[in-house]
Amino acid sequence: MSAILGLPANVVYATVAIYALLVIASIVVGVLRWKNPGERYSELASRTDSWWWMIGAFTLCILLNQTVAIFFLAFISYLALKEYLSLIPTRRIDREVLLFAYLAIPIQYYWAAIDWYGMFIVFVPVWMFLFLPPLLVLRGRSEGFLRAVGTISSGLMMTVFTLSHMAWLLVSGDVVNPVAGGVGLLFFLVVLTQFNDVAQYCWGKLFGRHKVTPHVSPKKTWEGLIGGVATTTLVAALAGPYLTPLDMRWSALAGLILGIAGFLGDITMSAMKRDLGVKDTGGLIPGHGGILDRVDSPLTRHRCSCTSSATSTTHEQEPAHETAQVPVLRRGGARLDPCRARSYGAASRAAA
Amino acid sequence: MRALILVALGLTVRHRERLPKDGPAILAGNHNSNLDALAMMSLMPLRLLPKLRPVAAMDYFYSSRLRGWFADQIVGIIPVKRGSGKEGGNPLLLAEQALDRGEILVIFPEGTRGEPETLQAFKKGIGHLAKARSKVPVVPGFIHGLGKAPPRGSALLVPFNVIVSVGEPLYGKESYDAFVSELEAAMTALAAQEKLPAWE
Repeated sequence: MSAILGLPANVVYATVAIYALLVIASIVVGVLRWKNPGERYSELASRTDSWWWMIGAFTLCILLNQTVAIFFLAFISYLALKEYLSLIPTRRIDREVLLFAYLAIPIQYYWAAIDWYGMFIVFVPVWMFLFLPPLLVLRGRSEGFLRAVGTISSGLMMTVFTLSHMAWLLVSGDVVNPVAGGVGLLFFLVVLTQFNDVAQYCWGKLFGRHKVTPHVSPKKTWEGLIGGVATTTLVAALAGPYLTPLDMRWSALAGLILGIAGFLGDITMSAMKRDLGVKDTGGLIPGHGGILDRVDSPLTRHRCSCTSSATSTTHEQEPAHETAQVPVLRRGGARLDPCRARSYGAASRAAA
Repeated sequence: MRALILVALGLTVRHRERLPKDGPAILAGNHNSNLDALAMMSLMPLRLLPKLRPVAAMDYFYSSRLRGWFADQIVGIIPVKRGSGKEGGNPLLLAEQALDRGEILVIFPEGTRGEPETLQAFKKGIGHLAKARSKVPVVPGFIHGLGKAPPRGSALLVPFNVIVSVGEPLYGKESYDAFVSELEAAMTALAAQEKLPAWE
């Protein structure tokens, strides 16, 4: 893989493309506002402005170096967990226990950083799940105990476990992705995820008629969903071969999964907000709401994109595949499979 | 401290446009935590920081030398002696002088932190002050979240999002009692607009 500034060339091209898209979007929004001054497009304008900030921060941190990137992603988890814990009803006596929930973040990202997949994958759903209830019991009050266990555990799953997959893709992706490295995989995932949100929003705004879930998220329409998923699938098919080890067909499938999973993540967060009686999860990002509003769709998606590929069966038994020299294998094998490939990496390291 | 509040806790401000652009002014907040004054102060732009003066009880802040030094030198409080009005003096003299200099006072009319995350009846001092300087806007700010982060008696900081909801400015009246009720009503209305998760 060729490199520019120490980064895979394709990732640099993708970054340039994103910024170009952003410039075009800003121009379009600017023209719309100029033609229709007033309130109508002000939310759209602040949304676009926020995109500049978010994409700026993301690209800067991710491209700077891996350690900075992991800290950045962990900080996103922290913001999301804090927002979640501030929204849910909590018991006064559990205040100190919540610190342990926060402590799960550095630990989980550490497993990702050292690429210990076995620990990474069980730490939150098993260890934290079993470790927190006794702590809550030791606070000495049983009323509301089950609610506390349930809300805190699912919060950790939502904000720490799922989001940390970004860090893990970044670290472990190099072995499986000779085309653009871990950073390419992360880019593919994050950019498409967010792109899909925007695509569904645009399609919905332009053609939306029939509601998908009138009670949970009345703004979501079938037109937006189908149009968005189709657009994402198309973009994925075009970009996938340059950023991931997938060929065009598998990239399209990845895009399809991303699109649908993103929608499911989105309505899951809507249901949560409705249950809590709030509109936005916070005021962090102008025009978007809180950080949970922004990362809702990645939540489900990151997990899906990994598990779905883990079901792959075409694993060539090529013991000789030492890290980088496997373009044929990966392109031919045609399956993004970071979950299984992790054991590959370990195996080849053991062999060496 | 500003960085701690903005990055580690995260401050959401509702109706930022209602904040005064310059002094003299009074910011009236509800009091749940030691960090309240700092949260209120971080609402204002940095250039106004030298003008910001929290009004605080003497007996608490001057009870230890370290606390007194911190309150005087770092935060720049205006001390008020609790109960000195009954002795015939004007406990708010320093506060009135500060307003005359164009400074911005941060006041917690509840008088004490009390039970975390609950509003208590306001003391009358703010009514007297607003009556004495009736041209100065009194801007109510309802803070919540900080009472959970470190409640009274706990030094352990657990991160929670902090929300400050700013109300329309009010002005002093002939009757200080009426003003205090009006301010209380404004604060209760701000609190009612927030969806506060249960915390018991």
